Amino acid sequence: MKNLTYLKFEILRTLRNRRFLIFSLVFPLVLFFAVAGPNKNVVVEGIHFPLYYMTGMAAWGSMTAMLSSGARIAAERQIGWTRQMKITPLSTRSYFTAKVLSGYMMSIFALVALAIAGTTLGVRLSAVQWLTMLLLLLVGLVPFAIIGIMLGHLMKVDSLGPALGGITSLFALLGGSFGPIFQSGVMLNVVKDIPSYWLVQASQSVLSQSGWPPLQAWVVIVVWSLAMTRLAIRVYRRDTLRVL
Amino acid sequence: MFETFGPTTPRIHLEGLSICEKVVDVTIADDRPGGIVLSHLTKSFGDVQAVRSIDLTIATGEIVALLGPNGAGKTTTIDMVLGLSQPDKGSVTLFGMTPANAVKAGLIGGMLQTGTPVQYLSVRELITMMASIYPHPLDVDEVLHLTGTFEFAERPTTKLSGGQTQRVRFAVALVADPDLLVLDEPTAAIDVEGRRDFWNIMRKVAAQGKTVIFATHYLEEADAFADRIVLMARGRIVADGPPTEIKARVGGRVIRATLLDVATSELSTIVGVTNAERRGDAVTLACADSDSSDRALRELLARYPGARDLEVRGVGLEEAFLELTADNDEDADDGLGFSDDGTKGHGLG
Repeated sequence: MKNLTYLKFEILRTLRNRRFLIFSLVFPLVLFFAVAGPNKNVVVEGIHFPLYYMTGMAAWGSMTAMLSSGARIAAERQIGWTRQMKITPLSTRSYFTAKVLSGYMMSIFALVALAIAGTTLGVRLSAVQWLTMLLLLLVGLVPFAIIGIMLGHLMKVDSLGPALGGITSLFALLGGSFGPIFQSGVMLNVVKDIPSYWLVQASQSVLSQSGWPPLQAWVVIVVWSLAMTRLAIRVYRRDTLRVL
Repeated sequence: MFETFGPTTPRIHLEGLSICEKVVDVTIADDRPGGIVLSHLTKSFGDVQAVRSIDLTIATGEIVALLGPNGAGKTTTIDMVLGLSQPDKGSVTLFGMTPANAVKAGLIGGMLQTGTPVQYLSVRELITMMASIYPHPLDVDEVLHLTGTFEFAERPTTKLSGGQTQRVRFAVALVADPDLLVLDEPTAAIDVEGRRDFWNIMRKVAAQGKTVIFATHYLEEADAFADRIVLMARGRIVADGPPTEIKARVGGRVIRATLLDVATSELSTIVGVTNAERRGDAVTLACADSDSSDRALRELLARYPGARDLEVRGVGLEEAFLELTADNDEDADDGLGFSDDGTKGHGLG
């Protein structure tokens, strides 16, 4: 990203969007305190409950933050701003890079907010653990960055709001953000093919001693990223060739 | 229909064409990249032929109005000039480059019909952001002053009036310091006063020698601001020339009357009448403008006191355009029925 001024204003615009702040920062925080607060001192199978719940909320919050870049793209399309940008020297790649980077920025804010919230409920992790968790989450968010761009070009603002809510909730639920829904069996194998499952696992890497996620996690993330990129390119082409 | 505008139609049409050809010749002779060249530009959307093989050459520094009613193909043409859509046939060359390369080089500033400034930024922030995208932008303060947006520069882009928004959009187009400014109906959403302010600002900008192409369906705007008017209707260029000629052409008046037993050849000798037609008992006299129709009306009554049901009305842009295209279609022999594609052509931007 050569153009730092453009990126700066892109991030500024994202930060000033209050609706966004509520969904990706406030909601996970409220849920965290509501559920983990009363169970502050509970330990399940050797794991401190607030830590466990914090990892789930971190996956959900950062995913919501990332996917919301789609809503911003859809809004810019609707008002015709995307076309205006197309007649500037800013390349499509730079346009999307700025969207993804500001999405990452917001994801990191959501994660930092939850980390601070966790600390107030007694969560203690080493610097290495915090960093590992953060880096793995950032990798796990890649498919969602691309899904966000695709949705932004696929849907109109009016339908994208509810759709994003539904999609993030479904991904979070299946991925186990609110607690594992399948302990074993066929369904567990199915959800293991979904990137949000591994996003939650990335977040929970700090819970287990083994640390790094298995090969399957990387495969799922790479395959989803590639598949979503192909889909996003198709959707983008169809969208930009549309008769106005 | 042809007869109504008969005497004037071929004249202006030919002059328009000759203007084009002259400039093309110069461009080819010099073999120097310059100006804007549209050749055989064609674009259809499904069954609708939005732009039908347009040839147009615009010299550097010219201010050209694309004048035409809705559905004339103005926006489709502009989209192709800006590289926002690809022609089915033909090509666009901007200063010797493809539109995409000219855009990449930062030579083009555009104001589209849509393109509401993004929210969560002040006017100044928006212009600063846009300036950062271009290789040689104008100074942000200079743009704010020039476009009259300075006094509300700290206001959020969402808290502006229609006229203010339009000026901000113009600032967005101008901050590039472009060689070519393309404006698609820049005053469509604003009131008369705002419109006048806008063109006053434009005049200052154009004085810097930029090439300007703007689309409008207001004859007055095209007349007041452009050096040259390119009249479009139903996907074609139907006339091309200085505003005075085009204005005379589409600013015409028609006198209708019920008058028996007078030959049209006799009626066309009335001073001010460019063409006379008869349908049954009714006669139609075409005049170039309101002065000549006034004079013709007086003479008509003096000569033939028996004339009844007198009616004088302006031809109006829309009607003038339709008649002009009707001529064109008959001439072109492209196998398309008039009514058939007349209805289809409408509603396309």
